[in-house]
Amino acid sequence: MATIDQMPATDNGNAVRGRSLWDDARDRLLANKAAVASMILLAAVAIACFLGPLVLPHPYDAVYRDFVKVPASLEAYPREDQIAPALESLLRRGRVTVDTVEVSGERVTARISSSRDIDPRLVRYLDRSDLFRNGEVADLAADGKSATVTAEVRRLHFFFGTDSNGRDLMTRTLIAGRVSLTIGLLATLVAISIGVIYGSVSGYLGGRVDLLMMRVVDVLYSLPFIFFVILLVVFFGRNFILMFIAVGAVEWLDMARIVRGQTLSLKRQEFVQAAEALGVDNAGVLKRHIIPNTLGPVVIYMTLLVPKVILLESFLSFLGLGVQEPLTSWGVLISEGSRNVQGAAWMLIFPSIFLTSTLFALNFIGDGLRDALDPKDR
Amino acid sequence: MARYILGRLLSAIPTLFLIVTISFFLIRIAPGGPFDLERPLEAKVMENLARIYQLDKPLWQQYLLYLKSLASGDFGPSFYFRDFTINELFAEGLPISIQLGSSALVLALIVGGAMGVLAALRQNRPADYSIMAAATIGVTIPNFVVAPLLTLLLGVWLGWLPVGGWNNGAARNMILPIVTLALPQIAVVARLTRGSMIEALRSNHVRTARAYGLSGYSVVVVHALRGALLPVVSYLGPAAAALLTGSVVVETIFGIPGIGRYFVQGALNRDYTLVMGTVVVVAVFVIVFNLIVDLVYALLDPRVRYD
Repeated sequence: MATIDQMPATDNGNAVRGRSLWDDARDRLLANKAAVASMILLAAVAIACFLGPLVLPHPYDAVYRDFVKVPASLEAYPREDQIAPALESLLRRGRVTVDTVEVSGERVTARISSSRDIDPRLVRYLDRSDLFRNGEVADLAADGKSATVTAEVRRLHFFFGTDSNGRDLMTRTLIAGRVSLTIGLLATLVAISIGVIYGSVSGYLGGRVDLLMMRVVDVLYSLPFIFFVILLVVFFGRNFILMFIAVGAVEWLDMARIVRGQTLSLKRQEFVQAAEALGVDNAGVLKRHIIPNTLGPVVIYMTLLVPKVILLESFLSFLGLGVQEPLTSWGVLISEGSRNVQGAAWMLIFPSIFLTSTLFALNFIGDGLRDALDPKDR
Repeated sequence: MARYILGRLLSAIPTLFLIVTISFFLIRIAPGGPFDLERPLEAKVMENLARIYQLDKPLWQQYLLYLKSLASGDFGPSFYFRDFTINELFAEGLPISIQLGSSALVLALIVGGAMGVLAALRQNRPADYSIMAAATIGVTIPNFVVAPLLTLLLGVWLGWLPVGGWNNGAARNMILPIVTLALPQIAVVARLTRGSMIEALRSNHVRTARAYGLSGYSVVVVHALRGALLPVVSYLGPAAAALLTGSVVVETIFGIPGIGRYFVQGALNRDYTLVMGTVVVVAVFVIVFNLIVDLVYALLDPRVRYD
């Protein structure tokens, strides 16, 4: 198809570029504001998900035990009024009395005293917590009964808050996006490949083969769809890589039907008959003539299948059948969020925003592509 | 007519048989069994359990036994919910699921239909655009997002409705589940109604009705809407079957004792009879509703005749 616009123009040497179907489609798509906005949004989400976790300071599985379920905030944790009480309670574990605590910017200083000798190793309590680092004991009195402890305050940002294990929700949402988008794309590719090959073979060969192959599709259609997915998950175990194969293996039925319908009308056309007359074998005709000509509907269906697959993956994860901890996906996060909706609403809201905006964008792009590639169907 | 219905029901038997057969063997070849625990039971105990539940017989014998009991309307004992038969579980849960599902269905038909008609009458005007935008939102946002968000908004922040529980079918407890079930259906019904309504309003018979000087209401509701409902009805057939047999997400989130959860639970616990029972019930609902759809066709469109 792409060769049409590469054909040399014969008109007095003036290069008149022909317009291919794809050129037209691209122009129509770019004129569709909703589709363009969706593409930009989707690209932003994808870049954020794939590059964001590299930039963010928290690993997705890092647990901050002192910051469990803290609300989303632009300010850094710990809060100013948390610092002094936290320092006191940590120092008290070292069996010392805290006389004064002074917070000045990034540093805290505490005067401590004790009836016994002060063990300088007590700063480890500070270093071990998520709030402080580089604790030091200074000015240890000659009798070893009083000292000054200084430490730096760690400033941690949790823009989306943390989850019920004290993990940064922003990093987790982005990592979840990686997983969801990857599964969406890979499973769609699996489904498309199976569907295109199955449908084109069935349609092209026709006759009894076609009848048999389509009855198989009908039977698979009539079974409860979720039944299949659950069985596949049961067979393959709860495995990230096999997950998308399972999902893809279920979603190919529609694709097979669409491609078969296309093939039926294509195979009666002259160029196919010409190829057959020239002695091209079945596989050659399918590869060179049939499949490339079904690509329009396939591309449209693909963009509409990606959100379906993401949704399915989220649904399975919601049921606890999908991605397993510590890895996560939007479905997992939403299901955790819905369990913590009383008291920790941010755990539901942020993953929901990401999931729905991605689904929106993909749907609009799919609609835009359909309008662009198939102007009759507006 | 009666003959047509009878014929359709008879022709459903082979379909049902095929579905039962495939799902029976599929769930049986899945690894694991209903009595697998983290700490395995003693061999003797396993043997006795297998004998009681007739799992020690060869698979083809179990299959025949199952078909036999199914033919007499007996779904068998549950493997997971001990002391319950599948029939008892369904007798308890199915009315609840049907109650919620049918309310959602009626809500979807009324609200979605009204929105669709309004959008069609105001085509390409602000009302149309806002209704279609709302419908797009309704179709896109999955129910496991809608349900907790509604809970958060109406249950937690505003405190108007309980966040979950069945409470013996108190009306307050039913509102959120029904709305969650209905929202995506409202969106689809609105879209379908709008599309077919636009076409119907341009059709010859509606133009004739207008030319006769009939009132706007009569033209829209009696003449245009009647034909425009055909695609909606064909969509609502399978949708109704799915709604009435319960939604696993809605029942899980709101803690409702319907039968929507049984399928997933049954498959995970290898509760063979429960899975099979759910498959059969869902299949029967699908078959019946497809039949109802075809009968409603004849009511709506006088050109359709079944003789």
